[in-house]
Amino acid sequence: MGRLKTYTRRAFLVGSVAVAGGVAFGAYLVARTPENPNLADLGEGEASFNPWVRIDANGVTLITPHADIGQGAASMQAALLAEELDLNWGEFRTEFGRPAPAYWNTAMADEAAPVMPWDNGFGARAMRASMDSMLKVLGLQGTGGSTSVPDSFVKLREAGAMARETLKLAASGRTGVAVADLGTEGGAVVLPDGTRLPYTDLAAEAAALDPVEGTPLRDPSEWRLVGQPMPRLDIIAKSTGTQAYGLDIDLPDMARASVRMNPRKGGDLNGFDASAAEGMPGVEQIIEITGGVAVIASNTWYAMQALDAIDYDWGPAPYPAEQADHWAALEGGINDETLDSEWLNEGDVEAAITDDAALSAEYRAPYVAHQPLEPLNAVVLVGEDGVQVWTGHQVPRFLQQQVAAITDHDADQVTLHNQYSGGSFGHRLEFEYIKQATEIAMHLRGRPVKLTYSREEDFAQDFPRQITFARCNGAVEDGRVTAFDIQIAAPSVLGSQMGRMGMSAPGPDNQLPAGVWQQPYAFENTRVRTYAVPDLSPVSSWRSVGASVGGFLAESYFDELINAAGADPLEERLRLCTLDDVSRRTLEAVGEMANWGEALPQGTGRGVAMVHSFGVPCAQIVEVTDVAGAIRLDRVWVAADVGRVVDPVNFENIVQGGVIWGLGHAINSEITYADGMAEQTNYHAAEGMRMYQAPEIIVRGLENGAVRGIGEPPVPPAAPALANAIFAATGTRLREMPFWNHIDFV
Amino acid sequence: MRLTINGETREVDVEPDMPLLWVLREEFGLTGTKYGCGVAQCGACTVHIDGYAERSCQARIGDLEGTEITTIEGLGNPTALHAVQAAWIEHQVAQCGYCQSGQIMQAASLLSETPNPTDEDIDFAMSGNLCRCGTYPRIRAAVHSAAAAMGG
Repeated sequence: MGRLKTYTRRAFLVGSVAVAGGVAFGAYLVARTPENPNLADLGEGEASFNPWVRIDANGVTLITPHADIGQGAASMQAALLAEELDLNWGEFRTEFGRPAPAYWNTAMADEAAPVMPWDNGFGARAMRASMDSMLKVLGLQGTGGSTSVPDSFVKLREAGAMARETLKLAASGRTGVAVADLGTEGGAVVLPDGTRLPYTDLAAEAAALDPVEGTPLRDPSEWRLVGQPMPRLDIIAKSTGTQAYGLDIDLPDMARASVRMNPRKGGDLNGFDASAAEGMPGVEQIIEITGGVAVIASNTWYAMQALDAIDYDWGPAPYPAEQADHWAALEGGINDETLDSEWLNEGDVEAAITDDAALSAEYRAPYVAHQPLEPLNAVVLVGEDGVQVWTGHQVPRFLQQQVAAITDHDADQVTLHNQYSGGSFGHRLEFEYIKQATEIAMHLRGRPVKLTYSREEDFAQDFPRQITFARCNGAVEDGRVTAFDIQIAAPSVLGSQMGRMGMSAPGPDNQLPAGVWQQPYAFENTRVRTYAVPDLSPVSSWRSVGASVGGFLAESYFDELINAAGADPLEERLRLCTLDDVSRRTLEAVGEMANWGEALPQGTGRGVAMVHSFGVPCAQIVEVTDVAGAIRLDRVWVAADVGRVVDPVNFENIVQGGVIWGLGHAINSEITYADGMAEQTNYHAAEGMRMYQAPEIIVRGLENGAVRGIGEPPVPPAAPALANAIFAATGTRLREMPFWNHIDFV
Repeated sequence: MRLTINGETREVDVEPDMPLLWVLREEFGLTGTKYGCGVAQCGACTVHIDGYAERSCQARIGDLEGTEITTIEGLGNPTALHAVQAAWIEHQVAQCGYCQSGQIMQAASLLSETPNPTDEDIDFAMSGNLCRCGTYPRIRAAVHSAAAAMGG
């Protein structure tokens, strides 16, 4: 389709990623199928046919390696396995399993490779295949990038079918009945006469057989579970206070700790005076760790009180101390030196934009904190033969490496007991709190220690979403948008995150143009350039990552151009949406849902936005009303195409939550720095949305495209749809988040 | 100190200014009550004190002798659900679920005072309880369902 970008500075080197602790690349590893980690400690009479299914006399255990951070990943993975394995819903146990190369994420490659998601030409496919091999080598058992469903969708149904057919073979061997005459239902092989042989009863015999491979998957018309509402496996526990999270782990003789790290993130601890804290109630030990101080106490609250009583001498921040300097660095960062990549250059933008000043605009998006409600925490036990870690985390294999580097074990001697997480939004991709807990545990060898961050510590140490500045320009002619040109300056999320893992980024950061260059609009003249600005605050993936900002830039500025052309915001988007039919149908659907174009009361306005992110086109229409100078959010319509909706109830919940996440933070959340420290210390200063502000949200899932995940795609269109609605209602164009710095809300 | 928690009398020996939250979680192992912010901004630690929803991070243990404290564990359990918990399950409210103990305790308190709340009543009562996952539309629906089930 001729829209592949060109790289200006660095070639994209597949396989160039170094792993902390060594490099182990090679064709041998790529070709080899990773070992089944369940075989390591399989007991007598237990069978495991592949890394996802384990059966013993007590029942069936489904291993669901994608972390459950609230998105329902455990239930989704179990449903795909149970579908082909013919288990009744809920009649099994689930475990997150142990970190293992077998659980490499096949779908992350799709999002990491810088090709258009709808481009399935040879070059694109080759790129994806190469990335896939790289991830296999890395053993990246990652949860993120909305990849859990696409990674699992075929693989886990195949795993279920393999287990089912192997159990049938065992039943055939026992009874002499041909496999073709056997059925399966409700966790049992069923003989022609109706006799049921429970899987648990066949496990020992099945374990002696070679697993049956290559069984065709069932046609969707035969599905019992996938596509139907299923009560989430955790719903009763989460409605009765009985779900255990990492913060609820309690082990015999466990020490409790909290820390105070340099609030100038990454800065040194020059010294401290703990004399006022020594002897405070419950305090057991005060120890220095890298960049901060830890207090161990009989109760976490005592530890937090003692930390407040210590005098600290903190070193300077390794980034500009004042917020104004961050903005200045970005504005000065748009130059040839910092150009990371030119992602698109179609037509002739410079010739098309005849009046440089007429439609130019600047956009700004702030740093924003993650702040899931469960504060960061980890339990670590350092023993002679290895380390055990209890926490909720999205990249277990890297966690093993980070811990092992501190304790001087091999990575495989680190056992992660992954936990249900009280939210993440990208926060649990990071390692600092786990490294700190490990350092503390090194002082208490043989005794488990739980580190709990205070909320204030969590805010202070949060590596926020990337701050972004953009210059936009464009042209309109005869009622049409004819040119769209954008320059985006931001710190590189990929560079910042990979740097903390001891790696270098493998090429231009594809998150800098995310939500912009992947838009399916065929502008006659368009250019997208990104600039990676170094030495700013450390940043990290924040739900929908680059697209969370890019969508706001692209869909707000496009809306400005449409307004300048005098065109209809939905009609002009549809006119230009010719690169991807799935996207076009998504836009059409949301217009139909909202009855776009109907007459609205005075003071009410609607805005539309569509962002293509993580392979999913998601279109939203937001309706607001100007109530005596304050904006009230009335309704939101959402259409998103994920290829297959695995569970319509969970889908709706996650989409509504994503819209609320996108709207709430666009309205009221930012992290600003003064004296090198975040000025926002708790939820009163950065809360996202509360119930009184939450609009009615009407959701439709579409199934025209490839199978994709829904965790992140609802976020990027929310902010621009809101900004566009506010413009429609009031004539005020918002070009900077958070919006409440510029307009009042009800 | 002697406290009455979920109908049971319990003894604890801690500083009188320790918040109830930390006594529940780490002295008594009642971990259904969650730590979220420590400054009454999120509502994850909501319990009932003498029948009213209170933030347990703000309740000094030394002030609570003679009160009746109910936590999420005392409201109902998986085999004997409170009507609010049943409605939460019916509407599949939870995502990460970390705030939901507090949401449920707040909603139960609302319904005991206002048996048939309007959307405005719900917004007013529930807006102190932060849900970072954004389950508010389902919480609203679940409160209405619970109200109907309780005969409000």
